[in-house]
Amino acid sequence: MVEIWAGLVQATKLIIDLDTELLAIVFLSLKVSIAAVITAALIGIPLGAFLGMRPPVSVRWLEKLINTLMGLPPVVAGLVIYLLLSNKGPLGPMELLFTPMAMITAQTVLAIPIITGLTLVAVRDKHKEIKDTAVTLGASQQMVIWTIIREAKRAIMAAVVAGFGRVVAEVGAVMMVGGNIQGNTRVMTTAIVLETRKGNFQFALGLGIILLIIAFIINSLLYRIQGEVRNN
Amino acid sequence: MHLLLIHCCTEFKGRCVIINPFVYQLEDISKSYEGKKVLSVDKLDIEKGKIYGIIGPSGAGKSTLLRILNFLEPPSHGNLFFNGMTVTKAGKHVLDMRRKMTMVFQRPILFDTSVYNNVKYGLAARGYAKKDITKLTSNALDEVGLTEFTNRNARSLSGGEAQRIALARAMVLKPEVILLDEPTSNLDPANVAIVEKITKRLHEKQGTTVIMVTHNIFQAQRIAEEILFFFKGKLIERGSTDKIFNNPQDDRTGAFINGEMIY
Repeated sequence: MVEIWAGLVQATKLIIDLDTELLAIVFLSLKVSIAAVITAALIGIPLGAFLGMRPPVSVRWLEKLINTLMGLPPVVAGLVIYLLLSNKGPLGPMELLFTPMAMITAQTVLAIPIITGLTLVAVRDKHKEIKDTAVTLGASQQMVIWTIIREAKRAIMAAVVAGFGRVVAEVGAVMMVGGNIQGNTRVMTTAIVLETRKGNFQFALGLGIILLIIAFIINSLLYRIQGEVRNN
Repeated sequence: MHLLLIHCCTEFKGRCVIINPFVYQLEDISKSYEGKKVLSVDKLDIEKGKIYGIIGPSGAGKSTLLRILNFLEPPSHGNLFFNGMTVTKAGKHVLDMRRKMTMVFQRPILFDTSVYNNVKYGLAARGYAKKDITKLTSNALDEVGLTEFTNRNARSLSGGEAQRIALARAMVLKPEVILLDEPTSNLDPANVAIVEKITKRLHEKQGTTVIMVTHNIFQAQRIAEEILFFFKGKLIERGSTDKIFNNPQDDRTGAFINGEMIY
């Protein structure tokens, strides 16, 4: 209890002092996770929408695979990306291992199944009822597709939030492919692991609290956007 | 022959043009789901500009017929003609035909946006100019008496209001045919009366062909000029509303309209 309290005090102090190391860690965390989620959304939303509009039977196996990958352990994703990017791997010449780009790649791989799978369910839910109505009103095929996606927008937004929640909090993949290099690839979660191992619980707790606050702020922002969408 | 010509002939630029008096013609149409036949119609012609009531017990194939007429589902077998033209697979030509008709469902599905955006949807799909959209949409909302809801989110409406918006969204398109699938079965009596009034007015003002499926035989009696009675996927009897209600030829029709049919 004393340590939690001390962690809170430390976190407040670090934020107020605008500690440069802390800011760099937080900034890199956000940069990596946001870039990964945007990339994953660009792939996952169209893919999920496409699959969600197909007859469920025809995509059954793919759907099972996506659902399995939704629970992909981050260390496994990290391992695969590590092997691909390592010197002997097929992408070795690109020299991406232990760079933020490698971390973005790993987190993108983790977020794609979540965003795809949740978009698929959201779109499938809307597909049947919306399709008939749009079609009877004379919509062209493209307009029907667009209407279904628009009707599923809130659930798709929630899929993106869920994807962000997963990657910003994961540690295994970024640790393996990023290497937790100070000032270069150290993010909040890997820093928490390191500080805890060093026995520096207050700094670790402080970072944990900042991580929670950031997640809370981003979620609130997204809910607000959803509210505005609804009012228009 | 002469009579038929008079019937089918109309003046166009001083010349006599043969027109097709039928909006739909069905030949040997059937529909099966998983091997089970739910609809089987040997021959059915639907005349332009009339109000039809399709009645029959549950499972009679009424809604299936409506879905086929709206090209939402292809028939398993047979030929369907719309304005004398064959309806085949999807394509631009089918989209053009479909844009001459519209459908209102039992449970209205309104899009998660403003009432205005809902009503203008079909006009936007048809590429109307913005100022025309604004004018037509506000006229349609006025017709259904819901102008004050223009900017409200459509999902916040009650069942009756939602169905009236669904009707406005359909009638703003000035369709040749409007297909109504049990449009009032979930509504309170006041809204039932409003929906019926709007439907009749649409028919009177624009000469729209109305095809209404209903469970409610009294509604069919109030609205329809002609009744089609379906039973177990087959058209049992058709005739003027007066004839069907006062002098049905088939025992099953009589039993149904007298509420004596057990099914």
